[in-house]
Amino acid sequence: MLDADFFRRWMTAAAASVDREADRLTALDSPIGDADHGSNLQRGFRAVRDALDKEPPATPGAVLTQAGRLLISTVGGASGPLYGTLLRRAGKSLGDAAEVDERQLAEALRAGTDAVMQLGGAAPGDKTMIDALVPAVDALGDSFAAARDAAERGAVATTPLQARKGRASYLGERSIGHQDPGATSSALLIAALLDASGPEAGRE
Amino acid sequence: MSDDGRVGIVLVSHSAAVAESVAELAKGLAGSGDTVAVAPAGGTAGGDLGTSAELISAAAASVDRGAGVAVLTDLGSAVLTVKTLLAEGDELPEHTRLVDAPFVEGAVAAVVTASTGADLAAVEAAAAEAYTYRKT
Repeated sequence: MLDADFFRRWMTAAAASVDREADRLTALDSPIGDADHGSNLQRGFRAVRDALDKEPPATPGAVLTQAGRLLISTVGGASGPLYGTLLRRAGKSLGDAAEVDERQLAEALRAGTDAVMQLGGAAPGDKTMIDALVPAVDALGDSFAAARDAAERGAVATTPLQARKGRASYLGERSIGHQDPGATSSALLIAALLDASGPEAGRE
Repeated sequence: MSDDGRVGIVLVSHSAAVAESVAELAKGLAGSGDTVAVAPAGGTAGGDLGTSAELISAAAASVDRGAGVAVLTDLGSAVLTVKTLLAEGDELPEHTRLVDAPFVEGAVAAVVTASTGADLAAVEAAAAEAYTYRKT
């Protein structure tokens, strides 16, 4: 079972991962975006980590809801409302339960992903974070490791796609050949689930 | 207050200068003095290009006179942030609407219409109608 502390560790691991990869995310965002994805997410996830450390919420749902709210209020770019909606909707879907199982987590992230698709109007294949999140959620029923691998494959597979949403879509065919920064950061977020579940889970 | 009961207008842009300038332009072209509350919410709280949920919430609260608030945005994160705030239900005043309209022309139409004492639906319709004005 996954308790509130697992979810706090997930957010902390995501913050560490975004810190580590911020330059790469911004570099990916330079040719097809406005070169702020790394720094924006870094600001957001640092705020999340600090708030959760200071006053850890009591339930898994509350951890994700608060993290989502903070991302919405601190990121300053489109990834704020998008990731904020993902986590906030997932958190609401978990309700007040003190512990949830992996299946409930998968369902919650599916609800969150659906909400992101509705908010941004993106579908799979549009070269967005959805291209990492949808396969990850599909694989989450197997294991965190499977979800991480699926998300990473999904992110890499955005490279040959032409962007159909966001600023990159203005570039038309010139967006082809670049890995999508949002799909890349989504893969980091999913990979952080494995970090949060401890080294023993990583050996599965 | 003279603006009691009028619809308030919030202008959200990635740029503080754009939001402020369009607010000035709309008020100036409306020629209605200060009868309509118009608040810009541009850029991030730190003064960079971007969108601030907090500036948007504060702007909406500042123009709320009880008749509703019409929010116009430029693009991308401005649109997504307003939609996200509206989805939550408690972060913007009651009867706040994101208006689907061109930013500059829609702002002028919204302020002029609001200055007549029109309701939120009429302000929204006038702003959206600005899309139909062709320039060639």
